[in-house]
Amino acid sequence: MNDVAVIDYGMGNLRSVAKALEHVAQKDTRVVISNDPRQIMNAARVVFPGQGAMRDCMKELQRLELDAVVRECVKNKPFLGICMGMQVLLDSSEENNGWPGLGIVQGKVLRFADDMTDAAGARLKVPHMGWNQVRQARAHALWQGIPDQSRFYFVHSYYAQPSDHNLVAGLTSYPAEFTSAIARDNVFAVQFHPEKSERHGLALLSNFLHWNGTA
Amino acid sequence: MGLAKRIIPCLDVDNGRVVKGVRFVELRDAGDPVEIAQRYNDAGADELTFLDITASSDERATMLHVVEEVASRVFIPLTVGGGIRSISDIRRMLNAGADKVGINTAAVANPEFVKEAAERFGSQCIVVAVDAKQIPRPTATPFLKGVEQSEGGFGCNGGISRWEVFTHGGRKATGIDVIEWAKKMTDYGAGEILLTSMDRDGTKSGFDIALTRAVSEAVSVPVIASGGVGNLDHLVAGILEGKADAVLAASIFHFGEYTIAQAKQRMAECGIEVRI
Repeated sequence: MNDVAVIDYGMGNLRSVAKALEHVAQKDTRVVISNDPRQIMNAARVVFPGQGAMRDCMKELQRLELDAVVRECVKNKPFLGICMGMQVLLDSSEENNGWPGLGIVQGKVLRFADDMTDAAGARLKVPHMGWNQVRQARAHALWQGIPDQSRFYFVHSYYAQPSDHNLVAGLTSYPAEFTSAIARDNVFAVQFHPEKSERHGLALLSNFLHWNGTA
Repeated sequence: MGLAKRIIPCLDVDNGRVVKGVRFVELRDAGDPVEIAQRYNDAGADELTFLDITASSDERATMLHVVEEVASRVFIPLTVGGGIRSISDIRRMLNAGADKVGINTAAVANPEFVKEAAERFGSQCIVVAVDAKQIPRPTATPFLKGVEQSEGGFGCNGGISRWEVFTHGGRKATGIDVIEWAKKMTDYGAGEILLTSMDRDGTKSGFDIALTRAVSEAVSVPVIASGGVGNLDHLVAGILEGKADAVLAASIFHFGEYTIAQAKQRMAECGIEVRI
């Protein structure tokens, strides 16, 4: 059995993530949406989605005692963080006047400035919403078959800034470059939504289901 | 290179079928929503919006089923609007596979609902749909006419243009100023504004550019221009002149007048960044 657990802590469009995984999964793969620590720990691989604010995500993780489960899973199995599921891995966020994250990846989560403009002087809106390009900062199993600079769907007002530049796997411009993908050992995390990014997103999810967790 | 401007086909759904009304009255049958959604996805649509135009009555379950079917086959963002009135309405739609919900009438009836919804589900999934109608003005005095015609934000019948928020599919005036309303909804947590010109909707005469621009410049969140698209240059104008972040259209795509690819090509030719 090649079970993949989608961690359910009440934050976000789990159904979309699960549906996209099911769409690309082989017959022997079972996709389960779960908040049961045992079931998550027993899964071969784990997807950690999320939407909303850092504070709410952390509170729900703690209330459901899933923070410890996430800490355990990131040690040894293929792990994919999506959107807030990426940001929550960092030490802390500017959101809610500063709020601690899980501290699994050193670094912080920052908010886009309100007065950003593009090269032509046009105002850039926050949230950063829509299809933007991801520059693959380094080769990785999860980028396999996906052309560099492919577009993925983003919707967020905050972005992760890991302290260790070697962990950056993808970069996106808005208008300055920010980290849109992190890779460390068996952990991969993306700011964009692969489950909403059509063929390239589905390719990334398919790669994840085939990934043995080696960087 | 950076963020692409989005093209969003809109599917008005009535009892499980896609229709598109002219000025919200006459309805023409355009087909099966799942089939159409799949076709648009394959054609390169950036997102899809469903407006459940019968939601005020009894067809909610039908719409949930449509959303479920579409979400299991189409992997781009889906917005569902029409009859979203409670936190549980939102939860049901998100659980069915919607990524965002459009709130219109319920926001006017109770602005706090938008705040509550954004706090519960996050701003990213709360789209406030604003149906706008230009407020008629008294006829201008002749010597002012030249000035009015030359300025984008001025109407042709005197003074700075103003628009009023309408609800109930454009049937009910609210007395609320559109710009003030858009700002307030953004403050309350709306992640995006879907702005429809009721004057232009179904006319194929182009977006209300002055309206689009006024709202887009007034709020920090993305604005989707809607209502009045009749050709590809209208889409271009909505972005370049109206400063919209996304353009929504229905009939020009449903009836095969233009493809999404043609629309994107035209936009790219005009220097607009699109996802090809």
